[in-house]
Amino acid sequence: MSTPLVDLRNISISFGGVRAVDNVSLDLKPGEVVGLLGHNGAGKSTLIKILSGAYAKDSGEIWIDGEKAEINSPRDARRYNIETIYQTLALADNLDASSNLFLGRELTTPLGFVDDARMEAETKKIMARLNPNFKKLSEPVSALSGGQRQSVAIARAVYFNAKILIMDEPTAALGVHETKMVADLIKELKAQGLGIFLISHDTREMLELCDRVSVMKNGALVGTERVEDVTEDDILSMIILGKNPKRDAA
Amino acid sequence: MSDTTHAPPKRNFVQSLEIDTRLLGMIGAFILVCLVFNVLTDGRFLTPRNIFNLTIQTVSVAIMATGMVFIIVTRHIDLACGALLATCSALMAMTQTVYLPDWVGLPLGHPAIPYIAIAVGLIAGTAIGAFQGYLVGYLTIPAFIVTLGGLLVWRNVGWYLTSGATIGPLDGTFMKLGGINGTLGATWSWILGLIAVAAALWGLYASRRNKIAHDFPVKPAWAEAINAAIIAGGILGFIAILNSYQIPQGRLKRIFEAAGQELPEGYTASYGLPFSVLLLIAVAVTMTVIAKKTRLGRYIFATGGNPDAAELSGINTRMLTVKVFALMGALCALSAVVASARLTNHSNDIGTLDELRVIAAAVIGGTALSGGIGTIHGAILGALIMQSLQSGMAMVGVDAPLQNMVVGTVLVLAVLIDIIYRKRTGAK
Repeated sequence: MSTPLVDLRNISISFGGVRAVDNVSLDLKPGEVVGLLGHNGAGKSTLIKILSGAYAKDSGEIWIDGEKAEINSPRDARRYNIETIYQTLALADNLDASSNLFLGRELTTPLGFVDDARMEAETKKIMARLNPNFKKLSEPVSALSGGQRQSVAIARAVYFNAKILIMDEPTAALGVHETKMVADLIKELKAQGLGIFLISHDTREMLELCDRVSVMKNGALVGTERVEDVTEDDILSMIILGKNPKRDAA
Repeated sequence: MSDTTHAPPKRNFVQSLEIDTRLLGMIGAFILVCLVFNVLTDGRFLTPRNIFNLTIQTVSVAIMATGMVFIIVTRHIDLACGALLATCSALMAMTQTVYLPDWVGLPLGHPAIPYIAIAVGLIAGTAIGAFQGYLVGYLTIPAFIVTLGGLLVWRNVGWYLTSGATIGPLDGTFMKLGGINGTLGATWSWILGLIAVAAALWGLYASRRNKIAHDFPVKPAWAEAINAAIIAGGILGFIAILNSYQIPQGRLKRIFEAAGQELPEGYTASYGLPFSVLLLIAVAVTMTVIAKKTRLGRYIFATGGNPDAAELSGINTRMLTVKVFALMGALCALSAVVASARLTNHSNDIGTLDELRVIAAAVIGGTALSGGIGTIHGAILGALIMQSLQSGMAMVGVDAPLQNMVVGTVLVLAVLIDIIYRKRTGAK
């Protein structure tokens, strides 16, 4: 078996006595899409935020590419080429698209000043690929539509040659057309060999896009299954009952 | 189909110029204030002498207001800047009149004294600012509380250092930074003005060339030319006004007598650009470059716009808070140099209520207390408007309590107008 790109081992985190994530182990291989499913509050986003450096885990280990990784801040995660598209998008509304895209990683001139022209040109290039309708390059992102804002958040994750991509509800705010665009993008990135964690409530979409799905309930992992081995009903019962019908039957 | 044509949308005159309408409104308000007072004072308000005085009175608050922009943009507040100014002023006054002469043994008037004093003040201001920033950023005490405490502490550290006494006269070189005691004179003012015009034109040209190189739309050449003409006219006009303020004959006579010479018949000289205004311009340019062209500035505005997003983008927002407050502390020290030099001494009440003037200047200048929005030039213009109101009313002979009532009302009204403006234009 090839080395997993990401190997989360026995991850736990508590907030004021509540075990938000309880002894969860997950792995992700290159070119694989792993879906995370579960109710609101099941711990999906919390688990993912541990990997992206937003939360510090209480216990457990993170292995990246076969090596133990110390991820204590978003800066650390970026160093391991982990990029995250947050549910909230995490955009600074008062800045324009290119400032957001390069936030924390600005291109600079030889004198050390931020190179707005070059960043705007790069933004134009990547936007032409992701969302050809995107025109409002120099306006604050607060002036953009939901889909356009999503494009900026996605562009930010894709631009920097991520190896591991985390997408937390990437299509929640999108229309049909834009959802299709995100699905196409996921397939394209997967073909390039990226590993993708995908969080969504849309079970059907998950079965279509993912290679494996993991279901969480009350902070614990109910089970991880290959999509071809399970039906939508199996997954729903895992989400709702917290039981794995296939394993129980066996 | 009209929406597939690639012709740029038709734009009106102001849009072609790409002038910030908000800035235009503020300049309009400022001009209106000046004109009204000029009528009320029978033309005494818009004399070279009064404009000269107005600018040197504005410098101290304006310098701090540029720092306050960063503080407010990052969603904090600094109520301690006036008190910090007092502590720095006291420390610098004591350094040049007591510590260095009595403790270190440098004789009064030693050429190194003013520079050492300023360095001491800057270091103290920066350190105190950084400390307050640490309390806010790392220990997560609200800035309102930290600086409210700071207001009491630093005001009285200044008092304690000087035992409440007025310390003066200050060093002669030091006092040159106060305004009227240190000016460039006509020739150098013109030279500097021309250099500034050249720099501004080059800046416009470079930015246009850069845009063309990256295939971005540029404004029409005529609009660029008008912009350039306005900027050049503004700079040179300002220099011309300051240069037309002549040094009074009596004062010239004393200057010549001090040098052991006779005042030649018919000799005149003008003050020109004061060093303190020069300092303000340098601060304004530096702060604008920080805001627009450095990562620090980008992070300040990103953090103000969405602190969580900034944190998730890998920005160390805690350290950023320390830096912003440290910068504010350094600017307070600079203001302390200008304020005490202007008064030729350190008095116990120096900078009292300055924190409110500084906040008002930043807010009138368009800095949003909700964070993420504000400009350096706006804050300076805000300080200028406040000072014009205050000294205009004093010239007209409005009673002191009424003056403060008007200034307070104007502050609230300015914010109301700003809110209405933002709603109308849809900007946030």
